[in-house]
Amino acid sequence: MGVEQKLGNAGIVTTTLEQAIDWSRTDSMWPLLFGLACCAIEMMGAQAPSYDLSRFGMELNRASPRQSDLMIVAGRVSQKMAPVLRNLYDQMPDPKWVIAMGDCAACGGVFNNYAVLQGVDEIVPVDVYVAGCPPRPEGLIHGIILLHNKVRTEKLAEWK
Amino acid sequence: MREIQEYTLDELKHLFSPAAQTGETMVLNMGPQHPSTHGVLRLIVELDGEIVVNCVPDIGYLHTGIEKNMEYKTYQKAEVMTDRMDYMYTIGNNLVYCLAIEKLTGLKSPPRSDAIRVILTELSRLQSHLIWIGTSALDLAAMSVFLYAMREREMILDIFELVSGQRMMTTYIRPGGLWRDVPAEFDAAVRKVLDVFPARIDEYEGLLTNNYLFKDRTKGIGKIDTASCLAWNVSGPTLRATGLAQDQRKSNPYSGYEQYDFEIPTQTAGDVYARYQVRVAEMRESLKIIRQALDKLPFGPVIDNNRKYVPPPRSELGVSMESLIHHFKLWTEGFTPPAGSVYTSIESPRGELGVFLESDGGPKPYRVHYRTPSIPLLQVMPILSKGHFVADLVAIIGSIDIILGDADR
Amino acid sequence: MEEKIQLAVKAITEQFGATAGEFRGETTLFIPAEKIVEIFKVLRDEFGFESLVLETAVDYGVGKTPRFNMVYALNTMSTHQYLNLRAPVNDNPAEIDSVESVYPGANWREREVWDLFGIRFKGHSDLRRIMMPPNWEGHPLRKDYPLGYEEVQYTFNYEEIKLKKPRGER
Repeated sequence: MGVEQKLGNAGIVTTTLEQAIDWSRTDSMWPLLFGLACCAIEMMGAQAPSYDLSRFGMELNRASPRQSDLMIVAGRVSQKMAPVLRNLYDQMPDPKWVIAMGDCAACGGVFNNYAVLQGVDEIVPVDVYVAGCPPRPEGLIHGIILLHNKVRTEKLAEWK
Repeated sequence: MREIQEYTLDELKHLFSPAAQTGETMVLNMGPQHPSTHGVLRLIVELDGEIVVNCVPDIGYLHTGIEKNMEYKTYQKAEVMTDRMDYMYTIGNNLVYCLAIEKLTGLKSPPRSDAIRVILTELSRLQSHLIWIGTSALDLAAMSVFLYAMREREMILDIFELVSGQRMMTTYIRPGGLWRDVPAEFDAAVRKVLDVFPARIDEYEGLLTNNYLFKDRTKGIGKIDTASCLAWNVSGPTLRATGLAQDQRKSNPYSGYEQYDFEIPTQTAGDVYARYQVRVAEMRESLKIIRQALDKLPFGPVIDNNRKYVPPPRSELGVSMESLIHHFKLWTEGFTPPAGSVYTSIESPRGELGVFLESDGGPKPYRVHYRTPSIPLLQVMPILSKGHFVADLVAIIGSIDIILGDADR
Repeated sequence: MEEKIQLAVKAITEQFGATAGEFRGETTLFIPAEKIVEIFKVLRDEFGFESLVLETAVDYGVGKTPRFNMVYALNTMSTHQYLNLRAPVNDNPAEIDSVESVYPGANWREREVWDLFGIRFKGHSDLRRIMMPPNWEGHPLRKDYPLGYEEVQYTFNYEEIKLKKPRGER
């Protein structure tokens, strides 16, 4: 016997505050324009008409980190680029999420040497890892949907 | 926590004019993360108001140590790393590495494999030019060209996936020939591309070539002349747009390019608009070459028979002891070319892409160096951008078509 | 050997005491390192080799003499034939003259050789690191520099590597 039964067809839905805010966070996450290498081309392919990212509200990449909430690290991170990446991550306002796209961002990929960081999680905390070299655009979309599911189940006590 | 290691203006004062020290001109950073530097390029720009006085590129943000890493792997395994350098022309990187090994060892690629190599390289060139036209038009705010170009590109990537299983990093071309023969649907898929493309290229031209806004933003911007190009060793469409008809496919032909009939498009103005016209004409020439190669595609084997370097087909392994031994040696130790050094080069969409390969007789390459075309293109940035506005820098970077993976390796 | 290259090789071997070799159809001139700028000037002005296509180095190991070989390749637009050159460079100190005054395109390529091999170029206008961060120590492409290989994590050593790996925090 909840409120819904008394209201009938009045056009009102009830939910918890947690669920409402989590739902609204997922539906228009703006990614930061951060394509580094080959995975960036597949990310551009994912935004192209054949595998549309616009249906998730992500068709525009914001150039400024102050205006974005999602950082998709697409490509290998070299020694010179690592402090720049951390700087950009620090400039993003909360709430923020990171997707490590591709093998090089997840674990160093094919390159196990002095010049490439073995996984971007050595400098920023990562939420979703997408495997592939480069991952297909459908793989990236799968990673984004996993991230949405993760955000939808976030609890009020753990909000950042 | 790592700190960003920076140069101070004092350390770089030999690169800028004395006015920068006093503050009359402003030294500005177009940092590694920027919407219109294609990839991670950092430009330190000295501005007098809005006019660019000097522009110093800073690269190295994508350095992957590929050359050192290839010295620790056998020749076959090292080929996988070559795709990832110039990631828009992946087939070409494999091709030039295999051509260098074939020159060193004396392997001969059979005619069918040569023809398929030509078809795939030209498709890869088309794909690279499509990305170029999409992103450089996007920088000049022509968004629909980007969406159309990416739609066309999917057709070409489907062909690569049909042939090798991977959309971009195929590693399909092996020393001695190809990995395996093309499936039966290859012919129909490539013909569909050939039928559809000319009309689509007309669409891009209709949107850009006579568009007065595009012409206003690109004519007279970023000029360079032939003598400077040769002194700085710039090659490719940038050199052809200054008037010199130089193309590796005509001057040092490889993979049977001498049998195909195509022209080298040139322009004389040397500015951004001329480079645009040269690349669009090159896209049409590529379609011509693909049609000729597909019509003449001969039958036959797709890989050389020399069992010291090329693995035997799996059907023979159950029957012949020799094949088993060859297979074992190739998989455990790898093949060992004779000692010596070679330099081979091909024509990539950016210019002359070459490999310097030195072998000491062992199973791993002793020194591999890729002579990449993006380095000279970046070196002439100060010449191209002197005296223009900051907004024109965006058009210039788009027109030289650099790939930072190529420059930094 | 093609005619123009033949003339150039003959002139350089007579004038400067170089030796020539041929391998797989390519001609290589082995030149002494002290006279490199003059040789390049002669090749550019008298024989028309307008562009410097390749400039890199090869390291032969710590004890060998010469330890490094500088490799150059020149190209001419009239016949499109390549001419390779090799100059030996010893180890301590590893120095050679810069050819930037003859071919301006050599600027970044020599910076790259300085960064990755440690060969200093005398007369270069701007010798600083190009690929590695400015305060990096060591020259990565030398044979005695380690690859920087990280241990691969399998199930049996997962925990011990996880403790050693740095982890990013918010």
